[in-house]
Amino acid sequence: MADTSRGTGGLAFDSKKRSLPSELNIFIALILIVLAFEALGQLLPYMNNQSFLFDTRDRFDSIFNEARLRIIILQVSIIGIIALGVTQVIISGGIDLSSGPLVGATAMIVMSFAQTELVNGNPNPKAVFGAWAFDLPVLIPIMVGLAFGAFIGAINGALIAITRIPPFIATLGMFLICRGIAQAWTRGKPVSFPTESFASIGKGMMPVMWFIGLAFILHFVMRYTVYGKHTYAVGSNEDAARMSGINVERHKVMVYMMASMLAAFAAIILSSKNLTAQSGMGIFYELYAIAMAVIGGVSLTGGRGSIIGTVLGAMVFGVIQSGFTYIKLDAFFQLMAMGTIIISAVVLDKVRQDRATKRN
Amino acid sequence: MSDIILETKGLTKHYGGVHALEQADFVLRDGEHVAIMGDNGAGKSTFVRQITGVEQRTSGTIKFGGKEVNFKSPIHAREAGIETVFQTLALADHLDVPDNIFLGREITKWNWLGPFRRLDYKAMRAETIAALERTAVKIPNINNTIQNMSGGQRQCVAIARTASFHSRLTIMDEPTAALGVQETEQVENIIRNLKDAGEPLILVSHNMRQVFDLVDRIVVFRRGRICANLDIKADKVTGEDVVGYITGAKTGEEYMETAL
Repeated sequence: MADTSRGTGGLAFDSKKRSLPSELNIFIALILIVLAFEALGQLLPYMNNQSFLFDTRDRFDSIFNEARLRIIILQVSIIGIIALGVTQVIISGGIDLSSGPLVGATAMIVMSFAQTELVNGNPNPKAVFGAWAFDLPVLIPIMVGLAFGAFIGAINGALIAITRIPPFIATLGMFLICRGIAQAWTRGKPVSFPTESFASIGKGMMPVMWFIGLAFILHFVMRYTVYGKHTYAVGSNEDAARMSGINVERHKVMVYMMASMLAAFAAIILSSKNLTAQSGMGIFYELYAIAMAVIGGVSLTGGRGSIIGTVLGAMVFGVIQSGFTYIKLDAFFQLMAMGTIIISAVVLDKVRQDRATKRN
Repeated sequence: MSDIILETKGLTKHYGGVHALEQADFVLRDGEHVAIMGDNGAGKSTFVRQITGVEQRTSGTIKFGGKEVNFKSPIHAREAGIETVFQTLALADHLDVPDNIFLGREITKWNWLGPFRRLDYKAMRAETIAALERTAVKIPNINNTIQNMSGGQRQCVAIARTASFHSRLTIMDEPTAALGVQETEQVENIIRNLKDAGEPLILVSHNMRQVFDLVDRIVVFRRGRICANLDIKADKVTGEDVVGYITGAKTGEEYMETAL
């Protein structure tokens, strides 16, 4: 291996002057936001010197306010799983708007295969199918859900790759179709009472475990595998990817299938956690997932972003939501503030990018 | 200098009503370096695109290595051994140098994982450094992404990519059009190395000095047709002659009937 302080051909460069990973900026932003809420807790007159981060109650001897941290991470983990898939789609140069309604549709379908026969000794009042569908092994609803996700993702990907319609339109159509499926499945009635084994998938802190586990695996996939490299290449320069021999069409189908299967998995966890499925589940999830990715530095023009960034973006998202509640901001102001923050994140990122290009 | 490596007969490409390329007969022998010259819109790049499978020809035949070929896409041409530096460079801006050089043919481990097989970054990095040193391409930091590089450096990466794999034919479409003096020299050195290694080359270029310095033969295109085939090593050909062919003041004897 060549001397690292010199490039090929003997050109000198300072390897210490390498630019810092962009994820670091998001991490710093996360800390600053936490500190800002901490300060607001001290400054705002109606807050009675509450602490955002630390435990101030005398009864407990923990340092941090674990309950709040737990709620933050639990809140973001289910949408975060969707964001892991949306990240890949955006890096490949596309967009997926169908993930929210897909959560609703998948939850309805999955729950109908996960129902238990007897509720407190009485027959299940919400039964969708006949007796054969009661108390199935937990693997069956999971497989049905993932297969449905894969199916929807394959249609999304095939539409975009073969007909070359813009991803925005293809997934917007799928957005409506999926919401329709969710409502048509039981004519709008909720589906409830899952088996105990199904309920254990999303019990307690399980969604967080799934989120961290999947993030870890997908970080490896995006960074160290051919699939990940080709996803970046397709989003960075589709023609170059094609000329390099990458089957761009097949790859896009794979990326959209991956994203929809992750959304379907999020639906499985969500319905398991809630012990019920409703056709209105997952409203705004697709936008929140995109927001998490964008806050995390994923570029909507494709080719740039990372799983770590999205995980940090999800944390920022969760902290802001929790912080707004903590400073007792009304819900409708919360939406407005959230929108402002998403726009600022993209503007800041763009300014940073422009400055980076100008430096050269 | 005997084996014919590439031969086209009656190669024709129409874009709707536009006859971009008309009845091109072209021969390239093994080890030979040929320049393709001509005015803008003369059909040079169109000719390259038909050979490399970027586009599908309207009619005519292409023989590569003695066999008739029908490349459906650039990757098929590349698999057959034709490496091309396109004018657009075909680099992914957000990836670094080794990633771009090995894009589409990564060195991998754990191949049983299919599309999720693992990239062997270490091997690709080592091979990239070796390839860059072999071609004497100077790039300060190969971990830098393409978007942070100068036009010349990008060009060098694209050329190093074609030069780092053993190819049976290299095609360069205006490789020095956007380069400074030093960078042009670097690219020309790569071309000389290819000549020494006995690898054939088709060079599309506007630069008369460069062409006379580097190649054995000049083929001139004019309005979609070949209008001259000049052996500059054997015959006495001057730059003025070539300009005459390009502008239409002169036409090669054997092309009198077809060329306009």
